[in-house]
Amino acid sequence: MNPTDIPIGYYIALSGLLFTLGVLGVLIRRNAIIIFMAVELMLNAANLAFIAFAREQGAVDGQLFVFFVITVAAAEVAVGLALIVAIFRTRRSIDVDEIHMMRG
Amino acid sequence: MSITPTVILFFILAVVAVAAAIAMLRSPNAVHAALFLVINFTAVAILYLLLNAPFIAMAQITVYAGAIMVLFLFVIMMLGAERLPLTERLPWQRPVALILSLILVAAFLFVALVPAAPGNPGQAAAPPPVPRDFGGPLQIGSVLFSRYLFPFELTSVLLLVAMIGAVVLTREDRRQATDGRRQTTEDRPQTAELASVLRPPSSVVTKEQP
Repeated sequence: MNPTDIPIGYYIALSGLLFTLGVLGVLIRRNAIIIFMAVELMLNAANLAFIAFAREQGAVDGQLFVFFVITVAAAEVAVGLALIVAIFRTRRSIDVDEIHMMRG
Repeated sequence: MSITPTVILFFILAVVAVAAAIAMLRSPNAVHAALFLVINFTAVAILYLLLNAPFIAMAQITVYAGAIMVLFLFVIMMLGAERLPLTERLPWQRPVALILSLILVAAFLFVALVPAAPGNPGQAAAPPPVPRDFGGPLQIGSVLFSRYLFPFELTSVLLLVAMIGAVVLTREDRRQATDGRRQTTEDRPQTAELASVLRPPSSVVTKEQP
């Protein structure tokens, strides 16, 4: 088992693919919770690119950046889900097309 | 690149991760979507192990696949929002999104896989060998508590702010509840001073007519 068998470019390609799927989810889904999950998918893809480049450079700093991203994602999910709960209480819906109270 | 067990494992994990992501996007049930996302996170965590990042892989499984997705499932089931009718307000949005995503993924694959592309990480050259304990808890901890000590401490402030924010946003006291009911009749009195701080005045909310 030699981890250097796989070129770093393959990991970056996989990361780009996952990121694109996250973008697609944000664009086509209308359920606010699933849109939020697609954002998590994008963060995850960026983390994979960080880890791959940390491996390529032989430096551990990229892994620490992923550590911080995971921490920020946890805080973001807590606040975001609280917002979704608050919106659901007042509007009785989490369909983003029906939440156009703040449109300009 | 020869066919070794690591290569086979990489491609299996990549297929699982992409298939789980696609299944998450296609599933109408939000609970199923969350479970597919857990599969995706686990597959990516095993890829982290292949990339000599054991500590981050364990943090990914514990925090992402564990804590964050449990929070998602909790909120989905609390709201009873597992099944939303698939409404389509903008019929042109889906094909345009698909086309733009294809362009984006083509750009990503070009940069990652074509050696002549600008910014290509160099697929021909294998990454250099790293020490055996690369990315282990010992090395992560020693760097985290020396070079990244200040960001680490700032993270605690961030988590505290997020915790207070979540509590404030979801709090529902009686005054705010009756206030929300009166607001639908569009004659909300200004007695609930706390609620008026937390939400915009009724003139702002009800002025706009679609």
